[in-house]
Amino acid sequence: MSIFIDNDTRLVVQGITGRDGSFHTRQMIEYGTRVVAGVTPGKGGQTFEGTVPIFNTVDEAVRETGANTSVIYVPPAFAADAMYEAADDGISFIVCITEGVPVLDMTRVRPYILEKGARLLGPNCPGLLSPGKSKVGIIPGHITHPGPVGLVSRSGTLTYEVVYKLKGAGIGTTTCVGIGGDPINGTNFIDCLAAFEADPETRAIVMLGEIGGTDEQEAARYVKENITKPVVGFIAGQTAPPGRRMGHAGAIISGSAGTADEKIGTFRENGIGVARRPVDVVELIREAL
Amino acid sequence: MNIHEYQAKELLAAEGIPVPMGGVATTPEEAESIARTLGGKVVVKAQVHAGGRGKAGGVKLAGTPEEAREKASQILGMQIKGLTVEKVLVAPAEEIATEAYVGIIVDRATKRPVFMVSAAGGIDIEEVAATNPEAITKLPVDPRYGLLPHQAYLLATRLYSDVKQQRAAARILQQLYSVFWKTGASLAEINPLITTPAGEVRAIDAKINIDDNELFRKPEIEALRDASSEAPAEVRAREAGLTFIKLDGNVGCVVNGAGLAMATMDLVKYYGGEPANFLDIGGSSNPEKVVNALRIITSDPNVRVILFNIFGGITRTDDVANGIVTATRQIDIDVPIVIRLTGTNEEIAVRILEEAGFSAMTDMDEAVRRAVQLAQGEGK
Repeated sequence: MSIFIDNDTRLVVQGITGRDGSFHTRQMIEYGTRVVAGVTPGKGGQTFEGTVPIFNTVDEAVRETGANTSVIYVPPAFAADAMYEAADDGISFIVCITEGVPVLDMTRVRPYILEKGARLLGPNCPGLLSPGKSKVGIIPGHITHPGPVGLVSRSGTLTYEVVYKLKGAGIGTTTCVGIGGDPINGTNFIDCLAAFEADPETRAIVMLGEIGGTDEQEAARYVKENITKPVVGFIAGQTAPPGRRMGHAGAIISGSAGTADEKIGTFRENGIGVARRPVDVVELIREAL
Repeated sequence: MNIHEYQAKELLAAEGIPVPMGGVATTPEEAESIARTLGGKVVVKAQVHAGGRGKAGGVKLAGTPEEAREKASQILGMQIKGLTVEKVLVAPAEEIATEAYVGIIVDRATKRPVFMVSAAGGIDIEEVAATNPEAITKLPVDPRYGLLPHQAYLLATRLYSDVKQQRAAARILQQLYSVFWKTGASLAEINPLITTPAGEVRAIDAKINIDDNELFRKPEIEALRDASSEAPAEVRAREAGLTFIKLDGNVGCVVNGAGLAMATMDLVKYYGGEPANFLDIGGSSNPEKVVNALRIITSDPNVRVILFNIFGGITRTDDVANGIVTATRQIDIDVPIVIRLTGTNEEIAVRILEEAGFSAMTDMDEAVRRAVQLAQGEGK
């Protein structure tokens, strides 16, 4: 099994005709994702490269194609409305790749989507990949294969680094989820941990965190109380100076809160194996399996 | 983005908050003339993007215009936390009866804007939060409705017992929320919010931090940016579309992706080295970005080795390899370069680099160890 996406995922791409949207749509189709529709206002009636019908609205795309999942590649100025639109039109799982969405927009978008009963992943995230089944977002398909590990991460390329090292050791993944680097996002570590716990094929979990905020600490306490499967963690940003935004809007140490040491300490206290280097995840996972 | 105190005060005053305004001076003479216009006692305050200005000697009282000039000449040019003071604010020195703290942040835990107010203002609010958390009242605001009048009044009653002061504070809190929302702030605070001996409530210091993601739609806020108060290399990086933060070590790092960039810095430290910077070239493999990245890194005289760590997912490693080759033809680089590339098209990338006289590795740990050795002057 896998979490959030599988063979039943019917994807609509919001912003399918844009530079990023079209590039990644091609990649997703090549991987085997069922891309059933695209949305670009004003381009309804056309098709994407002769195969995917394009609609003006998500409403129409859902009615015509039965799409149940959406992925958003629109620019930051339009991202909030794209998320509202997907939730309004009955999409149950919304993945927002867009980087640079204002945080105050997210303070309104998040409760709106929750009230509609939908799940949001992102924004500013690489999406997710269930090897051999479906890929939604921008994670390269070739870097991991089906296997027993569930991975959740705040980062993109660091995730690729770790799953690629796992692959080198012959270890694959059930689902690899990037929750994104923004301070307010739709799906957090705990949501993914709970889903991996419930997934019978996931036998061990990797959690890649970074400096800033308290999500990792809360997730660590959740692991101790609710997760029976082994969890291995890594925190990036040991050498980050306080008060500086390390690329991700969420990766900032405020005062004495959110440091790597604090997070690593909380991981250890709650029974999570801590990898000092990305490569150490491989050994810890091998022991756990 | 950070803005200066005087800019924050102008935003608050424009919303109607009572802020004793002064003027901004870049020379001691200007400071004197502002003090003369204001009349009476003034305070001369360094305008830099750093906390702890008072402790650093960047805030001084002056009784006369001549004294204001003298204090300004002491403060202008002063270094506070590595930043040179280019401007001072000369403002009327208020008589203070009480000092309170009021602020709003975007709170990650509640995923909402949260007000924090405390009758114990004027000092480091984080210290109050740590040692005496009951002294701070917190109130999450539903951003769909904003700060409701009764909420503003409730907070005001935690600050003052006098009804007139409560009403004044409630109005200020709503005005502060309005500035917070309109400017796209991640933090907006007044510290201290004072009462004068006559009982009036006034904002005499303010701080507003802007969410960088708001700037594309708020050109009037972007215009407040003071590039002279930022590290020159960071300004150049921003203009080139790169994220760069200077650190104190000697291993220059060029990485794609923020998480991997942080992990690379950490690994440099793990193997006994010190990173010279954080630099994320992002997902684009435009050779121009690589050229700019190398220019910025080589302008740091501390750098003794340059380490590339590129994971080609969407980024094609052959594009990055071409960028490195182009860049090294355009600029003179007199420090060794260690390159680690893996992922999409890595065979082509390695060939391009080898033909140009570079060697490339595919393992991150091996590359970082090599870079640290070179930085320490071993194994050349």
